[in-house]
Amino acid sequence: MVAIPSRHRSLVLLTIAIVAQVLLLAIQIQRTNQEGENRSLVRSWSVGLMSPFERVGAWGVGKVRGTWRHYFALSDTAKENERLKQENDELKLHITQLQGKASEADRLAKLLNFRESQARVPMLGARVIAASPDANSAVIYLDRGLRDGIKKNMGVITADGVVGKVIESFRDTAQVLLITDRESGVGAMIEESRIQSPVGGMGEPLLNMKYVSNDDEVTVGQRVVTSGMDRIFPRDLPVGTVVEAKQGSPPFKYVRVRPTAQLEKLEEVIVLLTTDPLVLKKEPEASVAAGAAAARAKESTPAASTGKRSQESAPKPSEKPQ
Amino acid sequence: MNDAFDLRSGESHIEVYKFRGGAILFVTVFALLAQAFLPVYLPKVAILDLPLLITVYFGLSRRNPSTGLLLGMLIGLLQDSLSKTPLGLFGLSKTLIGFAASSIGGKLDTEHPAARFALTAVFFALHQGIIVLIQRLLLAHAEPWFTVRLAIAALVNSAVGIVVYFLLDRLRRS
Repeated sequence: MVAIPSRHRSLVLLTIAIVAQVLLLAIQIQRTNQEGENRSLVRSWSVGLMSPFERVGAWGVGKVRGTWRHYFALSDTAKENERLKQENDELKLHITQLQGKASEADRLAKLLNFRESQARVPMLGARVIAASPDANSAVIYLDRGLRDGIKKNMGVITADGVVGKVIESFRDTAQVLLITDRESGVGAMIEESRIQSPVGGMGEPLLNMKYVSNDDEVTVGQRVVTSGMDRIFPRDLPVGTVVEAKQGSPPFKYVRVRPTAQLEKLEEVIVLLTTDPLVLKKEPEASVAAGAAAARAKESTPAASTGKRSQESAPKPSEKPQ
Repeated sequence: MNDAFDLRSGESHIEVYKFRGGAILFVTVFALLAQAFLPVYLPKVAILDLPLLITVYFGLSRRNPSTGLLLGMLIGLLQDSLSKTPLGLFGLSKTLIGFAASSIGGKLDTEHPAARFALTAVFFALHQGIIVLIQRLLLAHAEPWFTVRLAIAALVNSAVGIVVYFLLDRLRRS
């Protein structure tokens, strides 16, 4: 310890005594600040005394830390950058997966709505599991087959329109020929003018409406629907839209149709579970028919059971297309 | 505390007094009690500051600044503890008075009543000045530096001090 000269001892003692008592007073004294809060004087002094040093210290530490981070700790930054890039890639993949699931949900919802609106038509949902390895044929494979009731020549559609027909059915899978295949054909007509003509594939994305007379009026943008004449598809199912119509080699027009169903993006489809002719009623028509059937049932047998009414209103297999 | 203390600063003609055993302690406690109780029955006695007189007397007599300031601090803190003032108000002022009295007592002959009267008046004024300073600086109380009452109190305490000092002189060892 540093020796204090005897003549100064009393001064040192006095200083200590004064400082100690000033601190003692400061601890007890409460000062009211501008906000009306009581605060210990010693606390105000301590803060006032320490804050400049703290401010300088914080400034210094901030500068040192900033220098370290920006100039010396770049290895960590590079690692962090790599980690963030990897995380970004993972998140992108995750987003893509979620988007896929969302679009799948949309498609399934669309199919479900279609099925509900056509509840009287026997249908089965199926998933596309493969496509033909042969580039010249437009064929897909479904995850349903004989065990699910799928047979040859059954129609395959989506909520957007006609897809094709079953050309082979196996135990657990079925082979479907798309309407774009050269050997494919669908009974169709122009929705507006009711001009009938089969539509066939050409081995390319567009379809060919084969036998429309040069005298008939066909314009671009007109909708083509099924005619029901092929006895596979019910009437009025969307087939496509006319994208090109001009005079062809006599006596038929040159008419090109873009399929309504997105055949290059098929994932889920609906199989019409009957080879007998079907009538696909539009929603208002279906409700009117159901109402009429119910009225008939009521008139004939007032006490008829619900089951009977259901049988009457249900489509019969022998029903002819309208 | 009652041991005699030789002044070795070369001022050999100034005598350092020592007191009977327990005299300082007894006198201090008595002064504090009297200061606390007398004004209850005799309100005018409140003008006296007996602890201050004790501090001045023992400071002038012992003539040791360290002992003087410690005694002053002790008396002041006890006075604070018996009053409603913040601890340290009288403690600080009496510490300085004890130190000043001891320092002056070592350089001057303070045995003469006139000198005692004058010194007591000066120390009383100094004591009040320190208290007002503390109140202004720390407590933010705008106490006046000088009032007539303070002047009267200084004179009264100085006069009473002569008597008290005379009585306390009886406690000195011969």
